[in-house]
Amino acid sequence: MSLLEVEDLAIHFGGVKAVDGVSFAVAPGEVFSIIGPNGAGKSTIFNLISRIYAPTRGTIRFNGRDITGLQAHQVAPLGIARTFQNIELFDHSTVLDNLLMGRHVHRSTNFIQDMLFLPAVRRAERAHRHRVEEVMEFLELEAYREKMIAGLPYGVRKVVEIGRALAVGPELILLDEPASGLSVEESQDVAFWIEDMRRDMGLTVLMVEHDMRLVSQVSDRVLAVANGKPLAQGTPSQVQADPGVQAAYLGTEVAQ
Amino acid sequence: MKVIFKTSYDRDIDLHKDGWARARIVALVAVMAALPFLVGEYYLAEATNTLIWALAGMGLMLLVGHSGQVSLGHAAFLAIGAYTDTALMNAGLPFVVTFPAAALAAGLFGALVAIPAVRMSGIYLAIATLALFVIVEEMIIIAEPITGGVGGIMAPAIQIAGIDFDRYGQLDRFYWLCLAVVVAVTWAYANLLRSPTGRSFLAVRDSEVSARALGINVTRTRALAFGLSCAMTGLAGALMGHYIAFFNYELFSIFISINLLLVVTIGGLGFIQGAFFGAILITAVPQAITILRGVARDSLGVDIGGMPGLDTMLFAMILIGFIIYEPTGLYGRWLKIKAWVELFPLARRDMFRRQKSYLKTERQK
Repeated sequence: MSLLEVEDLAIHFGGVKAVDGVSFAVAPGEVFSIIGPNGAGKSTIFNLISRIYAPTRGTIRFNGRDITGLQAHQVAPLGIARTFQNIELFDHSTVLDNLLMGRHVHRSTNFIQDMLFLPAVRRAERAHRHRVEEVMEFLELEAYREKMIAGLPYGVRKVVEIGRALAVGPELILLDEPASGLSVEESQDVAFWIEDMRRDMGLTVLMVEHDMRLVSQVSDRVLAVANGKPLAQGTPSQVQADPGVQAAYLGTEVAQ
Repeated sequence: MKVIFKTSYDRDIDLHKDGWARARIVALVAVMAALPFLVGEYYLAEATNTLIWALAGMGLMLLVGHSGQVSLGHAAFLAIGAYTDTALMNAGLPFVVTFPAAALAAGLFGALVAIPAVRMSGIYLAIATLALFVIVEEMIIIAEPITGGVGGIMAPAIQIAGIDFDRYGQLDRFYWLCLAVVVAVTWAYANLLRSPTGRSFLAVRDSEVSARALGINVTRTRALAFGLSCAMTGLAGALMGHYIAFFNYELFSIFISINLLLVVTIGGLGFIQGAFFGAILITAVPQAITILRGVARDSLGVDIGGMPGLDTMLFAMILIGFIIYEPTGLYGRWLKIKAWVELFPLARRDMFRRQKSYLKTERQK
């Protein structure tokens, strides 16, 4: 059975059909990438899955459950975490606090217990902290633990975003252009991390990415979209060889 | 510069970074507790006033500094606290019941109002809270049997377990009562900030969209912040009622709301300490002006006693100065001085350049 099933998904902003009839299914433990030219609707698909937008048509099922009617904050507790293309971190907090904010779905205390800081709160804090330290070790973020996000370089912020999503402890992680703006070395790191997420953590990865090198290196299957419509689906090499995909990227004349 | 070697997560979870920091706080509270023996009646009354302002300031700090919402109507919650406490006491209930009731009434009213209000942000929320303030003011005048209307109301003397805490008879005890409340609230506030609740406030302040993606219910979190903020302000209002002893709706004017905003912005947005720094400034400036008037009259022969609006002008100038030269407020400046001393002589001019960014609340959307 598929972990995530998207069926005939569509969203129209006025006359603009940002996403129009996209269907795909992601199997557990798979790395699935969505590629396409700028404005193809890739990030919109992510925003639809994380319920920031309400679709005009279509259904999204996670673990067999229809999540199309849920609110945005009800998605993460199911086990779906995401990153953002244009980094959306909490700028005035430290890296540590950003990652701890990722533990929100696992909180076990209410605000009255928190105000009195009862022993249960301290116990929970220790447990959250332990989990967050594991994520930090995995992503080699220890050196930045106490640093404010506002003062960090772009590449590190990108990694903190991934870390915050991992801290949620998800089943499915949505990575929105994890390698955009990164150097060759940094995007190679991202490739290794994605491999490890799948192999060691048993995560399923859904990724939007422009860097074809990264996509073909880590993906099991690829979906190409253009102008909100699906073009081709299959292994990275199949999709790259697809004439429709080549036309969308390079223009019709060159492809012919 | 001191480097702390951490061997357990508890070092980060604890309120103070080391024993030295804890000792300093204990010493500060001890000095504050000993104040009635050190200063005269007049300055003790001023200190009490400062404590009450700090309490109200913390209330607004939670809202503006930590959850990123603006309120121009916080005087309304001071009023709700004061009138709830006084009216219930006049009905015969003891202070130990009426005081928490004041917080509860202000908090619940705040949270209730927040549910529609938190859907707005920035300037719209500010206007909505301003409108709320006007409504509450009118309601106080209309509800004359309870509030005394335009004429005003007398706050009865406080009695807890047979001990008098009368503001005029036993000012020292009233001061200790205020101090105890402020210490307790500060502790709870600090606890909040190191726990999941406080982090969810910061998350909502800095990025709503990713707060949602992390499973934080933004509406509920903002309403909770609003409610807690109003509850704290309600406590301050109750104490303010007793401090002034006889008050009417004019005590809670729009200027009080604006002064509270000054407390949090000049003090330093996003720091509990900022509320205290701001409260000290806001209560000290009128005193300084009084002293200045005396000096000007006696030694210079200039009478500035007949110049109304001097306080307001000075406050405005201070605020403008801070927004231009020190957006992080008094506490931010204090941190910079501290870092400069700790690093001496290695501090560089540019060290704080990156920190000169504005909180979301200060921006107009």
